[in-house]
Amino acid sequence: MDHFPTNWGRPRNDAADPYGTYPIHQRPATKDTFAEGVQRTQQPIVTGTSVLAIQYKDGIMMAADNLASYGSLARFKDIQRLHKVGTSTVIGASGDMSDFQAIQTLLDEVVTDEFTHGDGHDLGPAEVHEYLSRVMYSRRSKINPLWNSILVGGFRDGKRFLAYVDLLGTTYSAPSIATGYGAYIAIPLLRAAVDGRVDELTEENARALLHDCMRVLFYRDARSLDKYQIATVNASGVHISDQIHLDTSWSFAEGIRGYGAQTQ
Amino acid sequence: MFRNTYDSDNTVFSPQGRLHQVEYALEAVKQGSAAVGLRSKTHAILLALKRSFGELASYQQKMYRIDDHVGIAIAGLTSDARVLSNFMRQQAMSSRMLFNRPAPVNRLVAAIADKAQINTQEYGRRPYGVGLLVIGQDKQGPHLYEFSPSGNSYEYYAISIGARSQSAKTYLEKHYETFADCTLEELIKHGLHALRETLQQDKELTINNTSIGIIGPGGAHETDVTLEGDFRILEGEVIEVYLQSMTPKETGEAPHQPPPAGEVPAAGASTTADEDVQMED
Amino acid sequence: MTSIGTGYDLSASTYSPDGRIFQVEYANKAVENSGTAIGLRVKDGVVLAVEKLIHSKLLVPEANRRIQTIDKHIGLASAGYLADGRHVSNRARDEASSFRENYRAPATLQYVVDRVGLYVQAYTLYSSVRPFGCSTIIGGVDKHGPALFVIEPSGVSYGYRGAAVGKGRQLAKTELEKLKFSELTMKEAVTEAARIIYLVHDDAKEKDFELEMSWVGDETNGIHQAVPKDLLDEASRKAKEALETFE
Repeated sequence: MDHFPTNWGRPRNDAADPYGTYPIHQRPATKDTFAEGVQRTQQPIVTGTSVLAIQYKDGIMMAADNLASYGSLARFKDIQRLHKVGTSTVIGASGDMSDFQAIQTLLDEVVTDEFTHGDGHDLGPAEVHEYLSRVMYSRRSKINPLWNSILVGGFRDGKRFLAYVDLLGTTYSAPSIATGYGAYIAIPLLRAAVDGRVDELTEENARALLHDCMRVLFYRDARSLDKYQIATVNASGVHISDQIHLDTSWSFAEGIRGYGAQTQ
Repeated sequence: MFRNTYDSDNTVFSPQGRLHQVEYALEAVKQGSAAVGLRSKTHAILLALKRSFGELASYQQKMYRIDDHVGIAIAGLTSDARVLSNFMRQQAMSSRMLFNRPAPVNRLVAAIADKAQINTQEYGRRPYGVGLLVIGQDKQGPHLYEFSPSGNSYEYYAISIGARSQSAKTYLEKHYETFADCTLEELIKHGLHALRETLQQDKELTINNTSIGIIGPGGAHETDVTLEGDFRILEGEVIEVYLQSMTPKETGEAPHQPPPAGEVPAAGASTTADEDVQMED
Repeated sequence: MTSIGTGYDLSASTYSPDGRIFQVEYANKAVENSGTAIGLRVKDGVVLAVEKLIHSKLLVPEANRRIQTIDKHIGLASAGYLADGRHVSNRARDEASSFRENYRAPATLQYVVDRVGLYVQAYTLYSSVRPFGCSTIIGGVDKHGPALFVIEPSGVSYGYRGAAVGKGRQLAKTELEKLKFSELTMKEAVTEAARIIYLVHDDAKEKDFELEMSWVGDETNGIHQAVPKDLLDEASRKAKEALETFE
């Protein structure tokens, strides 16, 4: 143990003036002791699970539950993972929730900046998605990613927009997209219902479809919650719903070996 | 040595609250040959008079493309204009990079205006010695702006800058109310008429000394214009048809005014030793 | 004492023998020659109005705005050099935005005004810069309610119920003093502001002008925005009527 507080955090190297004999500004310039030991985000900490989104007749719809997990612990059960950006865009995030909060702050700043120009030009979903993808890619290129998968949805000038961007800066667009566990469990259901039928899908259809998928995910995904919200973006703007409760039935589980009280 | 006590640098207000150095910079704009801009509901156009320094020299460049949707015409110090146009290009590219959005034209103009303001307030700098006309289109349609070294920028229906631009302005003020519904060809014709007002007595517009910049859908005489109506600069042979369309001036200078048909390229070469002032660009 | 020719008036970093800084006074001259701008702080919000002088009929009406938005809840009108006004408003935007970044909350007007005031003051200290040739009216609604301030070229700032800067400020102030600000609503303030701008405009001596107005408060959900066209036209119409009965 080095008992000189002045040496703490300094190089363990005689050339670096161990007794602090030089005035601070004259000390030999050396690298930060831990420069090579700086750690970037290695894993997400507090996480949100899947986000689902589909295009439908009048716009897009997005769903995400209200859980933020700490590992396998259901830590925060009242977290909103859908965020309105400007007047015609909504984003939903899975992955690290603190990174997501940083992204919300960042986007809010950009939106305010656009507003203050006061010239009628503001950011639509396509612009928000492009911007996010630049941010995500530049962060991953610094090997310091924002640990999220994000869906960007919106409706502007009569056009639907739905696209994905993740911690690597990968992007793609589709009529139905899901992140996280939903990409395995919900996507087949969504594609079966949405692909090629976007223009027939009514708001009620879309809502029911997402509700079903959220229920399936709640049954299958151990990091999910039975409370979720739905965001709709259409010609009338962005609307994020109140919490919706999933109706589930677990009686079938009684017959499953390994679940509940076992008789033998 | 100085005209008065308060005009030696940027950082001095005169007792009347005037900034003489800025006012002198505005004079530098008037040393450059004229540029004219007009706007209709569908198009924004620029026209400029190019100078040449002699038989063996080429004509100066008066227009620059900033991005697909923005172009400028300049009057004054060309080198200052290049600094500003480079800056606008960077801004335009950054908008496409960050947001995949063509930069809103008003913001490009405001960006260089804010840059120019700094040069009016700090010691050791001088205001830019160039005025710009900026045309562009965005989702609100075509636009025309004027930028000046004082750090001001304004949007106009039609405007002119540079040497003898007041004459062009007089023409524009007389006709601007009709511009909104003009076709591209009519708009260019008005522009040429306005630009002609800035010429010296015995000079005329030729395919060599005239540049036309256009934003908006392709006109009757144009080919290869993109669907979006991206910015293009017309020079040389292709503007002959527009020069032909001009109405000869009916005022008393008829003796010097050959009929438009005489303005074939060969005739253009004979009028190269053109141009008015001594201004070094 | 006179300033001209003494040499004490050539730099912002020079006092005259009787303790004045002439360059700042000259900057005020630039403000005094420009179109009038006024601000009204009433019970449920703030209204800003400017007399925008039209130097050419070729200008696109309503395109060249002189009232800026600083943050969602803050507006700014300036008189004097327009380019200087834009410089100040850019700084104000930076201050408001940095407050949001630091505290995740909208800045109070007092905070923005204090910071911008310091910035403007710094330009009165050195010979290497000139002071700002503009007076700035900043208005908005924050957690304390409606607020209105003026920042002068010297960097000094005061809060007001009714403020006027520019050429017609004397007459405008006289008119403002007649108003009961604690009783007026924003809509009424719009009418009054329009009336005052029309009143101070000197048709005989000056160029044409365009009335530009913005507001922020209960009517706008605390968002700074332009006064809607129909309301503005209505206010202009009433202003012209009032003008005929005034004299």
